Amino acid sequence: MTGPARLYQSDEELVAALRRREESAFAELIDRYHGPMLRLAMTQLHDRAHAEEIVQEAWLGVLQGIDRFEARSSLRTWMFHILLNIARTRRHRERRTVPFSALEGAGDDAPGPSVDPARFLSGDHPRWPHHWATPPQRWGPSPEERLLSRETQAVMERTIAALPDTQRAVITLRDLQGVTSAEAARLLGITEGHLRVLLHRARSKVRRALEAYFGDRQP
Amino acid sequence: MTDQPAEMTCRELVELVTEYLEGTLPPAERARFEAHLRECDGCTTYLEQMRQLIAALGRLAEEAIPEEARRRLLQAFRDWKGTE
Repeated sequence: MTGPARLYQSDEELVAALRRREESAFAELIDRYHGPMLRLAMTQLHDRAHAEEIVQEAWLGVLQGIDRFEARSSLRTWMFHILLNIARTRRHRERRTVPFSALEGAGDDAPGPSVDPARFLSGDHPRWPHHWATPPQRWGPSPEERLLSRETQAVMERTIAALPDTQRAVITLRDLQGVTSAEAARLLGITEGHLRVLLHRARSKVRRALEAYFGDRQP
Repeated sequence: MTDQPAEMTCRELVELVTEYLEGTLPPAERARFEAHLRECDGCTTYLEQMRQLIAALGRLAEEAIPEEARRRLLQAFRDWKGTE
């Protein structure tokens, strides 16, 4: 996040300042986390206006709960938890409930291979069964730089936006936000094993989209 | 056909990439995975692409809070503070 330098360097400082009712602490909190909170809200509710509403509600929930925050998780995880609870309530009210027991598999798509099978040699190839027929090519001499461009960021954004809900939530929490697998699984109410499956599918799609995008262009 | 072929294939590897990066592959599987990588440029590139895209995802730009929403929230903060 670019912008003014942070006044508060740690969760502890932020929480302490919020408990002292310092407005600059809340201002920094919303500046820092509005983007991530909105992204997460969008994985739960498709309507952007609804997503923005639940983010506003979540901020109020953060204020109401801050004196009781016990730092058993990070501040951010706690805020995400508040947001996801509000989203669940909102979805329930809007009659899009999925019973908890059925959550595994909801917001997911039909499993398929991560790579087009045509990219591999067949199982009865005499020397290299199931090995690459058309191996992946490096994404240029400086892939890291290339992946920072606005165009490739747009490719990633579009691919993520098109993911089934739970895959989108998983990749958002794990890879965009850097939440640990254990915390992400807990936040979403799924097992870590299932989280890994969803993460695998989501990442594979992003890789395929990037490969297709780079395939037609010079490095 | 044996249960555990000595060498992992590329097709197998691409499905195990996430578990490998999560550190949840059992030791024997992980050894097969890494042995295959040493011999296979294609899979080495594939793993590299995964690492690169994960790093890039972590740098995706976030939206700034719109001015109106920010103003409303700071007002809500003052209201909350004032009611104590």
